[in-house]
Amino acid sequence: MDLTREQRLELYRFMRLNRVVEEKLVNLYRQGKVVGGLYRSLGQEATSIGSAFALAKGDIVGPLIRNLGVVLVMGYSPRDVITQYMARATSPSGGKDCNLHFGRPERGVISPISMLGALIPVMAGIALAARMQKKDLVTMTWIGDGGTSTGAFHEGINFAAVQKLPLVVIAENNGWAYSTPFHKQTAAKSLADKAGAYGIPGESVDGNDVLAVYAAARRAVDRARSGGGPTLVEALTYRMKGHAEHDAQAYVRKEDLEAWRGKDPLERYARVLVESKDATAEQLAAMDDAIGQEVDREVQLAEQSPLPDPEVALQNVYANGGVAEVEPAPLDAKRLR
Amino acid sequence: MSGGAPHLGGPETAEPATGAKTTTYVDAIREGLREEMQRDERVFLLGEDIGVYGGAFKVTDGLIQEFGEGRVIDTPIAETAIVGAAVGAAMMGLRPVAEMQFIDFISCAFDMITNFAAKSRYRTGVGVPLVIRGPSGGGVHGGPFHSQNPEAYFAHTPGLKVVQPATAYDAKGLIKAAIRDDDPVLFFEHKFLYRRIKEELPAGDWIVPIGKAAVRREGRDLSVITYGAMVWIALEAAKTLEAEGIDVEIVDLRTLFPLDENTVLESVSKTNKAILLHEATRTGGIGAEIAAVLSERCFEYLDGPLVRVTAPDTPVPYSPPLEEFFLPNAEKLCRAARALAAY
Repeated sequence: MDLTREQRLELYRFMRLNRVVEEKLVNLYRQGKVVGGLYRSLGQEATSIGSAFALAKGDIVGPLIRNLGVVLVMGYSPRDVITQYMARATSPSGGKDCNLHFGRPERGVISPISMLGALIPVMAGIALAARMQKKDLVTMTWIGDGGTSTGAFHEGINFAAVQKLPLVVIAENNGWAYSTPFHKQTAAKSLADKAGAYGIPGESVDGNDVLAVYAAARRAVDRARSGGGPTLVEALTYRMKGHAEHDAQAYVRKEDLEAWRGKDPLERYARVLVESKDATAEQLAAMDDAIGQEVDREVQLAEQSPLPDPEVALQNVYANGGVAEVEPAPLDAKRLR
Repeated sequence: MSGGAPHLGGPETAEPATGAKTTTYVDAIREGLREEMQRDERVFLLGEDIGVYGGAFKVTDGLIQEFGEGRVIDTPIAETAIVGAAVGAAMMGLRPVAEMQFIDFISCAFDMITNFAAKSRYRTGVGVPLVIRGPSGGGVHGGPFHSQNPEAYFAHTPGLKVVQPATAYDAKGLIKAAIRDDDPVLFFEHKFLYRRIKEELPAGDWIVPIGKAAVRREGRDLSVITYGAMVWIALEAAKTLEAEGIDVEIVDLRTLFPLDENTVLESVSKTNKAILLHEATRTGGIGAEIAAVLSERCFEYLDGPLVRVTAPDTPVPYSPPLEEFFLPNAEKLCRAARALAAY
C-alpha cells in the first residue's frame, strides 16, 4: 500500500485541480453564469481525494456534492463539472440535474440525490449486486456529520453490515451541517464510535492529511475486498466556506476558521512533498500553472456549450425515450366510435 | 385472515370443472415470481420474513428452498434499506423484487421510491428496473396501518408505473410484466383477494401488458371505472342493477399509472355516464384523475355528473362496524348507480 512518487504527485495534482476548478466556479458564479447554488469543498480536498485514491479500477463510488475531488479521481473532467454547474446540454446530466448530481455505474459513479443518507442503502445494493454477479468490486460513499443523523444512514450501514457487503463509508466531519454545529447533530463524541453499534470497524483520521486519509481508506478498502465487510471512517476536517456561496457563515467563529486555515490540506501536503524531496517548490508551482491553464481551457469550452432544447424537459421519464404528454389530445370521436 | 367481511362479493369465475387445476390470487403471484426467477437469473427477492418463513401472507412460500438465500433475501426491518438496496441492484442490471410486508409500510421507503428510483432515468440516464409489491386494502379489520390503499401517492410520481390486479390471471400476468419492465413498477396486491378468488390459468409463458385496462362486463347505461378488489363489488352490484333494468359496463383499469385513457374514453363515450369506484379515500384519488380526463377529453359525451364512490376522507378504522361503514360496497354503488341512471 506504499505509494510511488508518481502517485504521491498525482494526489497533489488532484487536490490542486479540485481547488482550482472551484475557484473558477466562484468566478463564474459571481458573473451569474452558474445556475443555482455553488457548494465548496475548500479545506476538505484531502478527504475526497485521499479516500477515492484508495480504490481500484472497477470500484464504484457514490459521492456527495462536496466531493468534487472524488469525481475527478474517478475520471470525470473539469468541463463535466463546470457544464453541470452551468446547466448546459453537454453536461453529464444534460441539464436535467444540478452540481455533482451525475454518474453512471459503468463510469464508476452513482449520482447522489439531495436527501442525505439515501446513497448508503443504494451503495449497499450496488455491492450486493456485484457479489451476486461475482464482480470483485468495492463500493465507497461519503456522508457529512449532518447526514449521519438520518434514518437512511442507519438502515444502510446496518444492512451492509448484516450482509457483510464491500462498502466503505467515509463520514466527513467538517463541523457543520449548513448552520448546525456537530454538538447539535449528535451526542456521540466521534462519528467513528457509531461503527461499534453495527458490529463493524470504525476509525477516525485527520481529514486534512491526504496520506493519512489514503492509508485509512486503503485499510478499509482492502478489508472490504477481502470479504471483511463494511468500515466506517471518520475524516476530521473543517468546512472553510458557508453551506453554499450565498452563505457568509456568520455563525462560525473567526478564530476557528483561522486555526483551520493553518491546517490547509493543500499547503500542508506541498510542504510534505518538498520536505520528502518528492518535488521542489518550483516543480509544484509549475504543476499549479499547468493546472490553471488546463482549467481555463475547460471553462472556455464550457462557456461555448449550448443550453438544452426546451423539449428535452419531456424526455426520458421512462425507457425508450418515454416522452411525457404536455397537453391531452382532444377526443377523436371517429377513432372512439 | 379473518373471513366473512361483507364488502366483497364472491368470485365471478365459475366453479372449476372437476379435476381442473385452479389457482388462487396468492398462488398466481407466487407462480409469476417463480417463473420469472427460473427464466432470468437476474431476478431476486428481498424483504422481511420472505425467506424461511415464506412471507407474512406466504406469497414467497417455498421460493428460498428452490432458489437459495442468495436470491431470496431476508432483510432487517428497514424499508429504506430494502428499497435502497433494490435501487442499487437494479442500477447494476439485476431485477430485484422488494416486498413490503404490508403495503402501508411503503411510506417508510417513500424517499427511495419517489426520489431515487423514479427520477434516476430522467436525471442521470440510469434505469431502475425494480418491482415493489405488497398487500394493500381493507376488509380484514387490520386497522389504520394494515389496511391502506396508498396507490395515489405514487400515481402522482412521474417515472413510476403503478398496477393493481383484480384477478388471479392478472396477478400472474402483471407481476411477470412488472419484472420484465425496464422502469420501476409498484405492484399493489389486495390482501382480501389472496385466497378468496381462484381461476383456471392457461399454461405457457404469458404476461398481461402494463398500461392496458380490461372491460369486465359490457353494458349500455353507465360505466363503472374501477380496479382491484372493487372490481368484484362492481360485478356484484351489476347483477342487482341488471334485475332493475340498469345495464352497467365495468372497466378494470389494471394499470393506474400510466392510465389506459382510451379504454375509459371508449366506454364512457358509449354509455355517456360514469362512476369512479375505488377503495382508497376520496380526495386526490385515482377517481379524481379519471374525472379530470373525462372532463377534458369526453365532455360532450357526458349525460350526467361524474360520480365518485370511494372510502371517505378518514384513516381506515379498525372495529368491524366502523370499517364496514368506511368501505365502499355493492349497496353504496347501487345507490349511486340508480341516481345516476335516473339523471
